This record gives sequence, structure tokens and C-alpha cells, in this order.
Amino acid sequence: MTEPPIVEIRNLSKSYRRGSQIIPVLSGISFDIARGEFLALMGPSGSGKSTLLNLIAGIDFADTGSIQIAGVEITGLSETELAHWRAGNVGFIFQFYNLIPVLTAFENVELPLLLTHLTRKERREHVEAVLSVVGLTDRMDHYPAQLSGGQQQRVAIARAIVTDPEILVADEPTGDLDRASAEEILSLMDRLVTEFGKTVIMVTHDPRAAEKAHLVRHLEKGELQ
Amino acid sequence: MGIPISYSFRNLWTRRLTTVLTASGMGLVVFVFAATLMLAEGLQQTLVQTGSPDNVVVLRKSSNSEVQSGVERTQAALVETQPEVAIGADGQPLLAKELVVLINLQKRGTHKPANVVIRGVATPASFTLRPAVRLIEGRLPHPGLAEVIAGKSIARRFKGAGLGETLRFGMRDWRVVGVFDAGATGFSSEIWGDVEQMMQAFRRPVYSSVIFRLRDSSEFDEFKSRIEGDPRLTVEAKRETRYYLDQSEAMAKFLRILGMVLTIVFSIGAVIGATITMYAAVANRVTEIGTLRALGFRRRDILSAFVIESLLLGLCGGILGVIGASFMQLITISTMNWQSFSELAFSFTLTLGIFWKSLFFSLVMGLIGGTLPAFRASRMNIVEALRSGG
Repeated sequence: MTEPPIVEIRNLSKSYRRGSQIIPVLSGISFDIARGEFLALMGPSGSGKSTLLNLIAGIDFADTGSIQIAGVEITGLSETELAHWRAGNVGFIFQFYNLIPVLTAFENVELPLLLTHLTRKERREHVEAVLSVVGLTDRMDHYPAQLSGGQQQRVAIARAIVTDPEILVADEPTGDLDRASAEEILSLMDRLVTEFGKTVIMVTHDPRAAEKAHLVRHLEKGELQ
Repeated sequence: MGIPISYSFRNLWTRRLTTVLTASGMGLVVFVFAATLMLAEGLQQTLVQTGSPDNVVVLRKSSNSEVQSGVERTQAALVETQPEVAIGADGQPLLAKELVVLINLQKRGTHKPANVVIRGVATPASFTLRPAVRLIEGRLPHPGLAEVIAGKSIARRFKGAGLGETLRFGMRDWRVVGVFDAGATGFSSEIWGDVEQMMQAFRRPVYSSVIFRLRDSSEFDEFKSRIEGDPRLTVEAKRETRYYLDQSEAMAKFLRILGMVLTIVFSIGAVIGATITMYAAVANRVTEIGTLRALGFRRRDILSAFVIESLLLGLCGGILGVIGASFMQLITISTMNWQSFSELAFSFTLTLGIFWKSLFFSLVMGLIGGTLPAFRASRMNIVEALRSGG
């Protein structure tokens, strides 16, 4: 028997209201993402790929349809329930890293753990473990401004995986990086999938990034191609 | 566990200049707040310490102060024979019939005139009744001579009031033969001489007040009701502490109300300042807020992080203000005692109560200033907040 998909999306629709106008972004999308997948979502601007990613990540609300992630129907959750769900199940990787500038690399990575019941010592162990995965153990007392773009993105990845979520969502993770750093980040994400069994959903414009993914889906005008 | 306090603290530290400027604004308000309370406290302490709870002041009925009072010799003699009056070691009643007159003296340096209390006292009873009064220079006046002693702050601040100098009042020249210290009490702002000499000089046929020590402190009520009901007497009796507290009440109340009004007006400005600062802080950190929310922090975590930041800002202001105000303790103020229309020297007094009140006040300002911006931060839409970073 095959393993059930980790993400099951059914008839998902979302539209935005701009003044009196209603702009449809996603119209009745249905698809599955298998566990351990490295999926790239591509498409022109305004195709709805970021919206789809936000919906899967539980930071936006769908109009209709359902999103089941690891068996949990997240469209029915309240704000607070969603926040709690995100803390344990989703890791975020952003285009501009979104590290907190006043916190050190260590503290940035530790942030999601503050929402758990781990002790200070356990948190330290977790943070050190993931920083060693991204190869930044020697930089943990540095502030984001003291790190290069590639290093900042690696800290952000460490932060995304520190709670050991099953799904990682990445919005243009290489969009702000030079080629070498982008390569490094993509390899790291690939390792997370192959070595650690994570499911990565990445939105990108960059064909080279898409190449690294195991599966590429195209979105156009709110529909999957 | 929510967002750590170090996050709020370090954000304040990161924008130090804005923090210091905003906190200084709040600090000024706290300074005014603390300083007026300290002033009222200093005034009250000075006047209250002047009195002793075992001493009774007898004045003419419904006269608020010794200056307005007059007690005739026969009435004073009647009071003297009351059984509640304590007897001193020398077998004499511990009772002083005193005269209080206001005169006008010029200050050293500025030559500005100010009212000074001249107290005609009985030696040694007046001194025994006020143990705080200590001769620090010279000697006591000899009875029958035109000699006076001056309180420390009078000797320092008034022309002719220093040791060995001569004062002219009551159509006579009076030699200052001693200087006394009465601590933080109002007596430090008086000039003392022999009561009989003074009555002659000022042509006063009556005493101003009769002060005596109670044989037993608990006998006051009995004494008061009997003496005030005696048809031969038109006097009232007050415990000395009560008498001085009543004197300070009006002025202290005036200072407190003035302080409150000033503080409230100023604090509106400071709170608006804090609000603007915190709105700017929120606006600069929109993406950060979106990120924290995406990571799973709840609205109330964001709310409390920004409220804490604003409280810390207020606390900085409070500490600055209290430090500033504590320096005011070095300053001695002399002002008109509105009850006796005489000069009274006192200091700003910082008590633990005022300290806590000031810090609490600064926290309240921080809270009010930070609430709206923090609320706005917590209500942000995650997707829009993340997008705004661009």
C-alpha cells in the first residue's frame, strides 16, 4: 500500500477584494503532494503561486475548498489554532531571510522553540544540532547584519527545521542570493528532503532552482497546468 | 513562553537615540511629578517635625496660627496651674509663655525684604520643650538684655542676623549672641529672644501662645475639653504636631494640586511622544511582526512584546526623572509659609513612596503610549505584513 500524500488539496478557491472588484486568484485547484517531495511551484507573477503557498502554510484563509495536511484539515482552524499548528508543522524560508535583526543567529533559531515546552538546555541542544546541519556552529553568536546573505539564509533554514516540522515552505529562497550561495542553499534544501525526509514546497521564478526540485508544477491564472 | 523580553529591550537599544529622546520627554514629566511631591513632602516634614506629640499649644480660639493669636497674662496663668502640665527637674512647670511677632528683614546679597518670625521665649522651658533646638555657636541671651539668638538658616541668609551682628527691630538694636540649629524644623527659620524683653519692645500686652509638656500624653483630650469649656478662658488647645500639620496642610495641598495639574498636562505630551515612537517602531518592523506570527507566535505575544517595549521605554523615562529629582534634595528652598506669612526654609524630600509613585507613573505613561501601536501590531494581517518587506 502506498503512503497517503502529506498534502491533499481539494477544490481550493481564493479571491481578493480590491475596492468593489473581486479578483479571483485560485479557482478550484485540486492536487496532492507526496511525503518527502521537493516540489517547485512556478508561474508568472499574479498566477497565485504565493497565495497557494500561503494557504498551505496556514497564514492565509481560503474562500472555499479544503486543505488536509498530514490528516489535519487546516481550513477549519481558528487563528489561534492555526498559529499553534504552524509552530509545530511548518517551517518557513523567505526570500529576504526575515531574521530578527536584534537577535543573534542562535536566538533567531531558538525563537520557534520558545513556543514549545522544552527546557533551556534542551533548546540549546536542538539549536546547536540544526546549526551544525547548516554548517554555522561557529557563527551562532553573530547578528544577522554580521552574516552574508547565504549565511543568513542558512540561519533561516536552521530556524525553519529546528522544531522538526514535516513541511517546509520556501518563497523564492534564492531570489536575493548570488549564484554560488543559491547553489549552496538549494543543495541544503535537497539534503533536507533526501537525508531528513522533509517535504519542501518552493515557489520560484528561477529555472535553476526549479531544476533542483524533484517535481515542478506550473500555475497560470489560478489553475494548475 | 512568548517572545523574550530581550527582544523588546534590544529593539530599544538598537534605536538608542530615539529611545533616549522619548524617554527624556517622559523623564521630564516624571521629574516635575516627583519634584512637586518632594516639595510638598519636604514642607510637611519640616513643619511636622517642628512639633512634638507630647507638647500642647494653647492659642486664642479660632486663630489658626501663633501670629494671629493672643493669650492674656491672666489666662496664661490659669493654663499654667492646670494639673496636666508636666513639672520639670527644677520643680517648675514645663511651660513656656511665648510671643510671636513677624518682622521684616533684608536678605544678604539681594537686600530683598522678607518676613521673619521673632519668638519671645522663656528660658529654659522653651528649650526643654524643643529638644531639637541646639545652640551651635555663641551663648544664650541674658535675661534683661537686648540680645537674641538666630536660627541657622536665618543667620546665614539675613543681613545682620549672623553671630556678633546687630539687628534693628522693635525700636531697639539687638545683638545676635548665638546661633542655634533646629534640624529640619521650622524653628531654624526663627529668631529667639527673652519674651519679657520682646513684649516691651513690641508693646504687646499679651502672649501669643502657651506651650507646655503634658504630664501624661493620654490626658490631652481631658485637658482640651475642660479648658475649652472653661468660661474664663477663650482659648483652644492643640497637640503641637497637629498644630504644625494644620499649618502645612494648605500649602502642601496647593503644591500637590499644582504638581498634579502640571504633570497631567505635560504627561499628555509625553504620552503622545511615546505613541509616535512606538508607532514608528511598529511601522519599521512590519515584516518582523509578520515573520513572528508566521513562526507561530500569537497575536497576544506580539501585543505583549510591544507593550513591554513601551513599558521599558516608560521605565527608562521614570529612572531618568527620579535620578534628576533626587538631585533636587541638595537644594534648600525658602518660601513664604502662608499660614504665618514668614520665611520657612525646607528641602525637597525624596521618600520611598514618592520613588515608587514616580516609577509607577512612568510605567502608566508607557502603557498608555504603547497600547494603540501594540494593538495595531498584533492585528496585522500576516500575508500583508510579510509582503510589505519586499
